[in-house]
Amino acid sequence: MRAAVFLVALVLALGTRGAGAVEPSEVLSDPVLEERAREISLGLRCLVCQNQTIDDSNAGLAKDLRILVRERLLAGDSDQEVMAFVTDRYGDFVLLKPPLKAGTALLWFGPGVIFLLGAMGLMRFYINRRREMAEGGAIPKPLSGTEKKRLKALLTEDAGEDGAEGDGP
Amino acid sequence: MNLKFLLPAAIFAAIAVAFAVGLTLDSQRLPSALIDKPAPRFDLPPIAAVDGTGDNGEPYGGGFSSDDLEGRVSLVNVFASWCVPCRVEHPQLMSLADDHGVTIFGINQKDKAKDARDWLGRHGDPYRAIGADVTGRTSIDWGVYGVPETFVVDAKGRIRYRHVGPIMERDLTGTILPLIAELGS
Repeated sequence: MRAAVFLVALVLALGTRGAGAVEPSEVLSDPVLEERAREISLGLRCLVCQNQTIDDSNAGLAKDLRILVRERLLAGDSDQEVMAFVTDRYGDFVLLKPPLKAGTALLWFGPGVIFLLGAMGLMRFYINRRREMAEGGAIPKPLSGTEKKRLKALLTEDAGEDGAEGDGP
Repeated sequence: MNLKFLLPAAIFAAIAVAFAVGLTLDSQRLPSALIDKPAPRFDLPPIAAVDGTGDNGEPYGGGFSSDDLEGRVSLVNVFASWCVPCRVEHPQLMSLADDHGVTIFGINQKDKAKDARDWLGRHGDPYRAIGADVTGRTSIDWGVYGVPETFVVDAKGRIRYRHVGPIMERDLTGTILPLIAELGS
């Protein structure tokens, strides 16, 4: 029984969206219009607490804007017209998804450009390394005569000392 | 000479400069979407009558409509008695009106009539006319985020400048008075 209640509660909780800050008195009686109002509200920034949507925020201005969105919808505006109504007054900043235009090009393409620059740098690094290896940089040159002699001397010297001091750093 | 070894330092310097610039930008100060556009149309009533006040319960402030903006450079100031920074900027508004002869219109946002009248009685009234924006809807038409906010409107009724937050002495001398002088000439 307890499990069943839990399950029902879980399904209900997952099946609904959070109520946000929308107050019961603001909700439209037409569920279709209300759903559109919620969708629009989720795309509009609350200008007072700038990282919340007007749907989430309980600032006074957010409430006013929620009511305004619903009024425009009741007046027969399309979603685009409602958005235009708000951006005419508050500019693109009010949109949580900035539109693609000259002023926002850096925002939209900046990360891609930085990624490409990074990828190009990495590619150059690997190409250079491969070339250096092909030019013989990776294969060590055989030791010269004097080097061989010195190596031999070092090895025998080491063995002769019984390894007692050879453990040094 | 190969200066390649300087590259990391140069990249660091470039990023440091970009961040330094970013830190000095104030993300709250956004240009109004209405700059250089005509002020919105509106017609606000005066601050409502309150019984038992000094002026025998008459409405106060005369009301304020978009038609008032035609014909002269003016300042439109959104204020409220409940707004603390409004008190900070009030002396500057009084000085603008009294010493510089600037026409200031007031939009009294979401205020109780009695509070607004008491507030103006206590701190002085620099406004040529006041409209009461009880619902806050006219403020939204002006693109107001919060009070206080002030707009400079030219003689053709176009919004030329928007100031967010209280007007301080340096804003007067540095920006607002020069702009009014320029627009008025």
